[in-house]
Amino acid sequence: MSIKEPKLIMEMPTPNHGKLWLWLDERIGLSDFAYLAKKKEIPLHRHTIWYYFGGMTLFLFMIQVITGILLLLYYRPSAAEAFESIQFLMTEVEFGWLVRSIHSWSANLMIFAMFIHLFSALFLRAYRAPREITWLSGSGLLGLMLAFGFTGYLLPWNELAFFATRVGTEIPGVVPVVGPFLRRLLRGGDDVTGATLTRFYGIHVAILPAIVTVMLGLHLFLVQKHGMSRPAAAESSEAAKRTMPFFPNFFLRDLVGWLCALGVLAALAAYFPAELGKKADPFQPAPIGIRPEWYFMSMFQTLKLLPAHILGVEGELLGVLAFGLIGLVLVLMPFLDRSATLGRWSRWPAAFGVALIVYSVVLTYLGYTMSPTK
Amino acid sequence: MADHESSIALDTGRRRFLNWFLGTTAGAFFISVTYPLSRYLIPPEVEESTAHTVTLALKPQEVKPNSGQIFRFGSQPAILIKTPNDELKAFSAACTHLACIVQYRSDISHIWCACHNGHFDLNGKNIEGPPPKPLEEYVVNVRSDQIVVNKRA
Repeated sequence: MSIKEPKLIMEMPTPNHGKLWLWLDERIGLSDFAYLAKKKEIPLHRHTIWYYFGGMTLFLFMIQVITGILLLLYYRPSAAEAFESIQFLMTEVEFGWLVRSIHSWSANLMIFAMFIHLFSALFLRAYRAPREITWLSGSGLLGLMLAFGFTGYLLPWNELAFFATRVGTEIPGVVPVVGPFLRRLLRGGDDVTGATLTRFYGIHVAILPAIVTVMLGLHLFLVQKHGMSRPAAAESSEAAKRTMPFFPNFFLRDLVGWLCALGVLAALAAYFPAELGKKADPFQPAPIGIRPEWYFMSMFQTLKLLPAHILGVEGELLGVLAFGLIGLVLVLMPFLDRSATLGRWSRWPAAFGVALIVYSVVLTYLGYTMSPTK
Repeated sequence: MADHESSIALDTGRRRFLNWFLGTTAGAFFISVTYPLSRYLIPPEVEESTAHTVTLALKPQEVKPNSGQIFRFGSQPAILIKTPNDELKAFSAACTHLACIVQYRSDISHIWCACHNGHFDLNGKNIEGPPPKPLEEYVVNVRSDQIVVNKRA
């Protein structure tokens, strides 16, 4: 960790990297990239560790893209064949189980890394001016990743997937006025059928990746443009303005983290391979102990515990509206917490974050431990 | 001088007209792209099965008391129950909470939804958990050795 050196040379001298480098540099401007990489610096303070989780999310996303493309080679998106094609992948295709298990585990770890990234940005007030749009694009990415998780969950066309989708697409359906239309639009019809499967497939492998590419591009561009946000506490004292070059110092540390993540992924995939379960049957009761992915568990458990009616309004409607409101507060945080930009430290965003974490952890715990038949 | 001013006025008038023209063209183009696109995304109405009656592939004597099973009512799942008192009943099997498919719990003689732990009694009434409404009840008739289920008129 070196203390930031004063910039003596503004004009970058062309380093001598050989003829090929020079040839390419004249044509695509390699030295511009080299300059960008050299310019980027990472602030050093006691919260520096949190800077790693954005990159970690990005790494796991790249794993998702690669394994997702590999899965496409065997997957067949129809109600008649989807389940069987994955069965074939898991049992016959060499390392098919590995690719699918990594895809499934990496999805979970990515969502987890993203939540850490989100809450660290929230607690350090990284959203304050001029980084409001960075925060907005980040929350957009969060929504897109959850949509990836939700649509991908249906693709194996097994029992769990079928009912999770039936419930999940019913939830926007309880919203007054536009609800039934939204539900039809999502399902590609009135019920969850093969039409829903092809629709979710298209969303999962084409529409979401296209939107994510743009959104991620914007997010990374803004991070590059504004540099890392320094928490206000670290901003105040002049002596504490230490930095580390992004390249190679921080980048190499990133790589170490990614390598560890890859090891964890491989171990999880090998010891706990993704399950397939039973093929979906639209004329069978929901199986006992049915539950969604862990990141939807707290919402699922909330809907389970809400009474049928609260003050004359249907419980699930209130629940869904509350989720929407919490999401909205989170997205609009840079505009609700104006004081952070002015350098005053209001406590409520942190209290809001802590409350959200505690609530989710408690409800998720209940979701996994409460007897499913009581 | 006056000539010059009037030519400026004419010019801005012409400019405004052209801008308006360009703007509406862009708007029309936008609509002509987004309208078919949005209509494409909305799934077409599929002829709903209007069946008001269904004859089950089951003999009444094959159904055990205190049991339930799912059957197809048109394109929708429905549940046939034989109560502990030997009475046949049928309901829509889509939970009124978030549309999971319910099942019969012989241990407590309830219709039960595994998704969010909703309980219904043997009349389809929501008695516990989140479901806000009772299940839709159908009429069951036994004709010789056939079970016929009808929607209520």
